[in-house]
Amino acid sequence: MTKIAIIDYGLGNLRSVLRGIERAGATAVITQDEEEIASADGIILPGVGAFREGMEKLAPVRESIIRSAETVPLLGICLGMQMLMEESEEHGMHEGLALIPGRVRRFHPEPGMKVPHMGWNTIHQMLPDDPLLDGVPEGSYLYFVHSYYVDTAVSNRLCETEYIVRYASAVKRDQIYGVQFHPEKSGTTGLQILENFINLT
Amino acid sequence: MALTRRIIPCLDLKNGRVVKGTHFEDLRDAGDPVELAARYNEQGADEVVFLDITASKEARKTIIDLISRAADQLFLPLTVGGGIRTNDDITAILRAGADKVSINTAAVQNPAIISEGAAAFGTQCIVLAMDVRRNFQEAEGTNPIRLPDGSTCWYEVVTHGGSRPTGIDAIRWAKEGEERGAGEILLTSMETDGTKEGFDIPITEAIASATSIPVIASGGVGTLGHFYDGFVYGKADACLAASVFHFGEYTIKDVKEYLAAKGVPVRL
Repeated sequence: MTKIAIIDYGLGNLRSVLRGIERAGATAVITQDEEEIASADGIILPGVGAFREGMEKLAPVRESIIRSAETVPLLGICLGMQMLMEESEEHGMHEGLALIPGRVRRFHPEPGMKVPHMGWNTIHQMLPDDPLLDGVPEGSYLYFVHSYYVDTAVSNRLCETEYIVRYASAVKRDQIYGVQFHPEKSGTTGLQILENFINLT
Repeated sequence: MALTRRIIPCLDLKNGRVVKGTHFEDLRDAGDPVELAARYNEQGADEVVFLDITASKEARKTIIDLISRAADQLFLPLTVGGGIRTNDDITAILRAGADKVSINTAAVQNPAIISEGAAAFGTQCIVLAMDVRRNFQEAEGTNPIRLPDGSTCWYEVVTHGGSRPTGIDAIRWAKEGEERGAGEILLTSMETDGTKEGFDIPITEAIASATSIPVIASGGVGTLGHFYDGFVYGKADACLAASVFHFGEYTIKDVKEYLAAKGVPVRL
């Protein structure tokens, strides 16, 4: 059976990610153990919280994650997606994992547009044939909660979403994926995306 | 397409069961929380809120077990409130599978819990729950609000399930909550709660306009039109309801189809 390592760095609701993976038909471990990460068929980097704290807490397994990402699929969720980038401007400039080129920027609120961007919004598929989006219709609703967004070249964009700006709500480079929304909180559409991720392993 | 307005069923819990009362009293049994949560998940609820109204501290521990059982069935955002006083309480609830906590009486008694919670878990995690009641006695420093019948009052924050007035102006408290780092406001009016006569529109609109964080309207839904009024006239970002869903008067889908037909953006 496929085994997914969910990286534990002390932030966020990992239980939902774990249950989502199990519901989608794989086993999962919540771990910060290098061997367990190295032996997993896929890696999920979850997360809510602040960028700098996230990167600090990730430091002990940073190299393991970068190494695994060369050989097995990796999925960053929310802050986990943002940490795949080169840098973030959240509370000063901070370095990320630099697995995908790009920068994390803050939404500038506009009248009637509240920050955080919180709730259900649609995704526009830039690479509709990508296996991560199998069975996910164009314009599907996913659950978002974030104050920062990923700014990256169009060639790295898997999906875009419009909120204040049109930004990358999912990214991809080789077998490295990131999603700004929470698939584990997005009902059946989200579970489909998790299942598609497992099928990549 | 745009960010949609949210429909949120609320489960009031007492000793592990869902209960429903009028004006926070006369509680009736409304079912098993895990079963209900799973049903709302199926119906397309946008989020689910659990409010633990169990009185004793001991009995409250059952909530943790309940959250984890419900969270296993629920691939939706889950907010849990009731009796939360410290960051340790928040940690325990998030670990059990909740995504946000709502804090009510404890925030009035110790407003620092909002800032400390937001710093530790992020603003998206902290929901300021406030219960309010109309006060027609003039008081300095309060924000007057005109009611549909032409009279004027201010809204006072009340705590302990609505039983204790605090002298705090609701609009001022909402703004302070936002400044301290609350990511959302869950607003319940004692005037309308349990009445089925509709949300308290004047205070909902006033708080939604005075703050720049999402406002969840709560208390008083009886008809589909009440949801529409909450969004359009109350300017709420989300509408919360309990008994109309628990007792099967409407499904979440009924509400959303009605709203969509009237041009309110919802996730169908």
